[in-house]
Amino acid sequence: MNQSGSTEQEKYELFMNRIKAGEKIEADDWMPEEYRKVLIKLISMHGISEIMGALPEKEWVPKAPSLKRKLGIMAKVQDEMGHGQLLLRVTEDLMKPLGRTREDIMNDLFTGDLKFHNVFHMEAPTWGDAGLIGWLVDGAAIITQTNMLGASYGPYARALKRICAEEVFHAQHGEAIIMALAEGTEEQKAMVQDAVNRWWEPLLMFFGPGDAKALGTSKQDITAKYGIRTKSNEELRQDFFTKYVPRILSLGLTIPDSTMHYSKEAEQWIYQQPDWAEFKKIVQNKGPKSQERLRLRKLSYENNEWVRKALSPAIDAG
Amino acid sequence: MTEQLSDKSKQALINLLYQLADDDFILAFRGSEWLGLAPHIEEDVAYSSINQDTMGHAAMFYKLLEDLGEGDVDELSHARKSTLRKNAVMLELANGPGHYLKEPNYDWAFTVVRNYYYSQAKKVKIDSLKQSSYKPLADAAVKVSMELYYHLLHWTVWFKQLIQAGGEAKEKMINAIKKAEADFGDVLSLGPLAEDIVQSGFIESETVLTQAFHKRMDPVFQGLSIPYSGRFQQINGKGRYGEHTEELVQALDTINEVYKINPKAVW
Repeated sequence: MNQSGSTEQEKYELFMNRIKAGEKIEADDWMPEEYRKVLIKLISMHGISEIMGALPEKEWVPKAPSLKRKLGIMAKVQDEMGHGQLLLRVTEDLMKPLGRTREDIMNDLFTGDLKFHNVFHMEAPTWGDAGLIGWLVDGAAIITQTNMLGASYGPYARALKRICAEEVFHAQHGEAIIMALAEGTEEQKAMVQDAVNRWWEPLLMFFGPGDAKALGTSKQDITAKYGIRTKSNEELRQDFFTKYVPRILSLGLTIPDSTMHYSKEAEQWIYQQPDWAEFKKIVQNKGPKSQERLRLRKLSYENNEWVRKALSPAIDAG
Repeated sequence: MTEQLSDKSKQALINLLYQLADDDFILAFRGSEWLGLAPHIEEDVAYSSINQDTMGHAAMFYKLLEDLGEGDVDELSHARKSTLRKNAVMLELANGPGHYLKEPNYDWAFTVVRNYYYSQAKKVKIDSLKQSSYKPLADAAVKVSMELYYHLLHWTVWFKQLIQAGGEAKEKMINAIKKAEADFGDVLSLGPLAEDIVQSGFIESETVLTQAFHKRMDPVFQGLSIPYSGRFQQINGKGRYGEHTEELVQALDTINEVYKINPKAVW
């Protein structure tokens, strides 16, 4: 719609009315700078997390113990890269008016200005981790991403629709690995329990702090104001517990938190808070595998510079 | 169907199937090491798709071996020692210096050339296998052919574009061609039972396959104005005869790291 004659305030009010009416905002529409910036931050972080998230599972692709599992995990990691690509395309459109490109996204990743999800900074030392990432990390991702399916920004909402559909397959793929291990030999059972113990705290952290008190800042209010998400971090974490705690226990596994229980009076799960100071350190690229994984990404970027150079005349001409 | 085969023919068929299965299996493994490291994200997605297809082809050929009584597909793909492998040596060579998790200084030019040469050779073989006297193999070839069409398109674009770019890219590609050709003889070899394989009508002879290969490659090189040698060696060993490099031994250690914890367990 033509807004060229309106003042900034009028444009803003019109924009907010569109959001309240449930309309979708498109890439070429007028939008407040704050909205654009929060979307760029959110979607580029989501996109780069998909790409960095391929790295811990990639460790297990060549080692998958059967042809069926090899094919499954190859397809799964490919999907994650595909999500990354889709989301970077969405971000590129948003960044265009600011004169920024994908190259900037990669450089921001290397300098630490662009963060990636805490879970992908962690170690994945056994095949049990490969299964657990699919089952619970992707399970957690489904919960946070379905919360944004109705996001006011159309391109992101549409990308999420496809991503969520694929994440459901990933969670099933992970669950199948975990089920085989949980029903297997003692060694295999121990492998799963070990992975649950290792991933429990990172999984709680995955949803972010309950409020700004934990870290000093939180984007929850802004994203809610603009109709990007509906539920709070804590509500999403509670949804995760409701869905997965019974499933984990039904496999004969234990949760490494003796305080964990559902309180009928409070109508919520009571649990031990993760170490939020540690979380802050991890997302600042000081996690156990942060530097190693960034090094892989950076090395491939540097080693293939000649390829990008060779392709650039074709891209310019195209 | 196998009841009609003489022992000699059956052994020849099994040998050929191992070549086909092991070739695709090890190349898909090398491809999977590239995950997350390809020159750009779009290529990561595309290459990964090709590797899945190729691993799927290996699974089909291993299944044909299982049906012939050679053992379980996972055992065939994971547990066999390097000396029992029949893959061409060119396909087992490492992607470059380093390990896939530590300082992988991988060579994209060699990867493009290896995959392009292999896809062209596979096309020639698969076309011949469509007429194989062993019906299950001919049926498998038809399925492989549908996906191979896209692999060949993909690698042709890369091969031509990087050479046409000139400069450093062209130089790297020419070096990669030399490296690939030094072991490519293996890819077109049918191994120690070649005569029985051909006589039983499972696939055409090495000479016929090699000529068909030249016929495909020669015009491509002419179009790119670079010389096509058409001469291939096997400097690092004859894979069809069980001769392999240390790089395959290391690859197998990675491949079976989890499997060997307990080969009898369900994973």
